[in-house]
Amino acid sequence: MPKIQEIARGVLAGDRRSIARAITTIENNSPKAQELIASIFPHTGNAHIIGLTGPPGSGKSTLIDKIIREYRRKGKTVGVIAVDPTSPFTGGAFLGDRIRMQELSTDQGVFIRSMATRNYLGGIAKATKNAAKVLDAAGKDVVIVETVGAGQSEVEIIKVAQTIVVLFAPGLGDEIQAIKAGIMEIADIFVVNKADRANADKAVMDIQAMLQLNNKEKKWKPPVLKTAALTGEGVPQLIERIEEHRLFLEKKFERKRSREKAEAELVEAIKEKVASSIIEELKREGKLEEFLQKILEKKMDPASIAEKLLNRKFGKQV
Amino acid sequence: MQNQRKIRVLIAKPGLDSHDRGAKIIARALRDAGMEVIYTGLKQTPEQIVETALQEDVDVIGLSILSGAHKTLFPMIMELLKQKGLTDVLVVAGGIIPEEDVPEMKKLGIKEIFGPGTRTDKIVQFVFENVPKRT
Repeated sequence: MPKIQEIARGVLAGDRRSIARAITTIENNSPKAQELIASIFPHTGNAHIIGLTGPPGSGKSTLIDKIIREYRRKGKTVGVIAVDPTSPFTGGAFLGDRIRMQELSTDQGVFIRSMATRNYLGGIAKATKNAAKVLDAAGKDVVIVETVGAGQSEVEIIKVAQTIVVLFAPGLGDEIQAIKAGIMEIADIFVVNKADRANADKAVMDIQAMLQLNNKEKKWKPPVLKTAALTGEGVPQLIERIEEHRLFLEKKFERKRSREKAEAELVEAIKEKVASSIIEELKREGKLEEFLQKILEKKMDPASIAEKLLNRKFGKQV
Repeated sequence: MQNQRKIRVLIAKPGLDSHDRGAKIIARALRDAGMEVIYTGLKQTPEQIVETALQEDVDVIGLSILSGAHKTLFPMIMELLKQKGLTDVLVVAGGIIPEEDVPEMKKLGIKEIFGPGTRTDKIVQFVFENVPKRT
């Protein structure tokens, strides 16, 4: 295995083997992952990152296949991260998204990577965000992240993507589903796929009716589009809307959103560093079991223990 | 920090055959053994298989073939793997491969051939024992 700096250089040069190795390094959370991220980070921020989410079987992978083709026609390079679930019982995963995009696998302007959630919650994997950064740093114009088949509350994708496309298929639910919180609120663009099927117009109307209830005057009004991913119908229009949203972000509140994203990333990084340093310390001292026992015997709750450990590490909090 | 390495496997169907029941059963068995399994789908060219293995950074490739074209396709795949520098990937194969062809296939660098009736736990065990160690 080459040295991490070699991999980083390879990523920046767009070398495919290096990109693949870099993503593996991040996924496995290997000791060198942080050094890698640190060296590619200054070269990120150029790609437009699109999140595509929606229920299982709504046609996400098939639609991405057509989206890639459309971007390729426009001369853009594309990276894809397709996430599928890890079994909570065996830790294994069957990653089947790329079957629908496999014809594109030899196109040198396309890089597709399948990723298992490894039991991370929220519809993506823990490594997804940094893997998207790798593809960004490698010079891909567009990075598409496909979430696991998402139902209602898998909204972690907003921490990764700039434009969120939420996909539905006809017949999945009535207008009650459209009122619910969660996934319906994160969409920048709604797509009703399988538009050739009956009830597609009804699904579009349900979503539009829900959007009209939004009393807050929003600067970006999410459009509701229809596509048929198998034939590619409606895909050029979808790309137009995605581009419109990208320009809107650049003009309007890209700064605000970027700031929010930066804050969330920093909070997460601090959490992880602090947590792992405290846990490591407890392990070294052989005290981890003692605290776990306290929780199991209901003598102390986890939050109180956390506070105690924090105080010990950083001194008494005010 | 904890290293959370997983064995990643590509199950691939080279050439023109549409029978992937076996490939899916193997994929499922490896999944249930805790591995991350990527399936290419049917009718793959050697280029598609090798490019996929590269992008997915797999540790293992399982080739499933029932068409009889293994003597044409396997050498192409092994040659492409070499060209792309994917020499540390464990390659195994299964399907309908006549006994007399096995030595030739192994000479190409295919580590093991699993014929019809092979128990899935034997395949799982073989993968665990032969997957290349990465540093």
